Amino acid sequence: MLTRCARLLTGLKWFLGVWMTVVVIAAFFYAPAARNLGQMSRIIYFHIPAAWVTVLAFLVCTVYSAKYLRSRRAEDDAAASFSAELGLLFCVIATVSGSIFAKAIWGSYWNWDPRETSIFILLLIYGAYFALRSSVDDPARRGSLAAVYGILAFVTVPLLVFVAPRIPAVQSLHPDGPILVADGGLDMDARMMTVFISSLAGFTGLFVWVFSLRMRAWHLVQRLAHRQED
Amino acid sequence: MTSSSNCAHEVLAVLAKDLRSEYRTRYALSAVLLFAVTALAVVSFSVSPYSLEADAQSAFLWIVLFFSAMSGLSRSFVREEEARTAMALRLAAAPEAVYLGKLLFNITLQGAVVIVVVPLFLVLMDIAPAHPGLLVWAAVLGTLALASSSTIVAAIVSRANAKGALFAVLAFPVTLPGLSSAIRATTAALQGAVGRARAADDLRALAAYSVLMIATSLLLFDFVWND
Repeated sequence: MLTRCARLLTGLKWFLGVWMTVVVIAAFFYAPAARNLGQMSRIIYFHIPAAWVTVLAFLVCTVYSAKYLRSRRAEDDAAASFSAELGLLFCVIATVSGSIFAKAIWGSYWNWDPRETSIFILLLIYGAYFALRSSVDDPARRGSLAAVYGILAFVTVPLLVFVAPRIPAVQSLHPDGPILVADGGLDMDARMMTVFISSLAGFTGLFVWVFSLRMRAWHLVQRLAHRQED
Repeated sequence: MTSSSNCAHEVLAVLAKDLRSEYRTRYALSAVLLFAVTALAVVSFSVSPYSLEADAQSAFLWIVLFFSAMSGLSRSFVREEEARTAMALRLAAAPEAVYLGKLLFNITLQGAVVIVVVPLFLVLMDIAPAHPGLLVWAAVLGTLALASSSTIVAAIVSRANAKGALFAVLAFPVTLPGLSSAIRATTAALQGAVGRARAADDLRALAAYSVLMIATSLLLFDFVWND
């Protein structure tokens, strides 16, 4: 049973590797360039999935935080912190790639566009989360304080979605036109759509895979620590 | 019935204890108030030759208020840990009562700062607000928002090691939605030309933010306090 499960996981891992390779190749050679943005539009196959994983990781972190507060199992706390680590990584990827794109298209690396504001605050939240974790010594207390802060920060994010577009600096520069239509629908070529959705799935799979790797490593370390105690 | 009146009694007892110890030392109030007045003076004499737009003025006002809150509002919990009275408080009152008592104390403290700083700001910057009523609402709800978000963060910080440095770092991302709404509502109150409907939207967002923070804090406070 265990070996079959392990073999399935190995198979999935290889499948993910092939999938991501195909997505990267397809993003450059299969999908056509968007009308107004030209070759620059290819960022959507990497930037938006990274931003999506940032938010997904935050959600996973919140769910595990709530689970930790209920169960007090060290495993849930570790899961929450691993998810936040991955979220921070993808948040940096999304911020940097978006910033380079902004320089190429709009002429400045940063200008407090609402979505830039939102992702900057996500970066700050992730940073604060780890600052808090590193300043508490006792593991149980660290777990519950970090969990409370994670949930508290997560609760404010929907408000941010309401507030950020109203910050007076500039109206959004994000390209609603060629990709997202005003009413929220998608206006993409069928091939672009295929690659985009595949990339979203691939990035999600990547997150799940690295997350499970971290959890397995954590379990191994725990087991070793127990063995040394015995 | 008895339990709810008992809880209200405990809340008021915690508030009265904090007010009394604050009255005796006047530590937090003098620190926060002096910080706010100093920051206000710096802003005022560095920009006094220029007449600023309303949005810059309200941004300055809320920057002063935000950082004065950051300098003092963590005291309520940090003091309990430093004086080693937290354990006694844990035994004496229910967690919700402690949270609400500290929240009321922080609202009082920040309210005292606002009462001094806002009129002083109007005088020093030579501003005649277009909608005084709106300005009062923005100040009241902004105070509530700052106090409600910083009380739970103060409770978290008091249980961690690097208390002073951590407070602003943790509080800023959580406070930002409220702060930004308060700045916009204040801008509308100072400008006048801006539609009142938009300011009403911001005030509503501010109230919703405070309610959300207080409700979440009440649910989570037990985990911070009794661990």
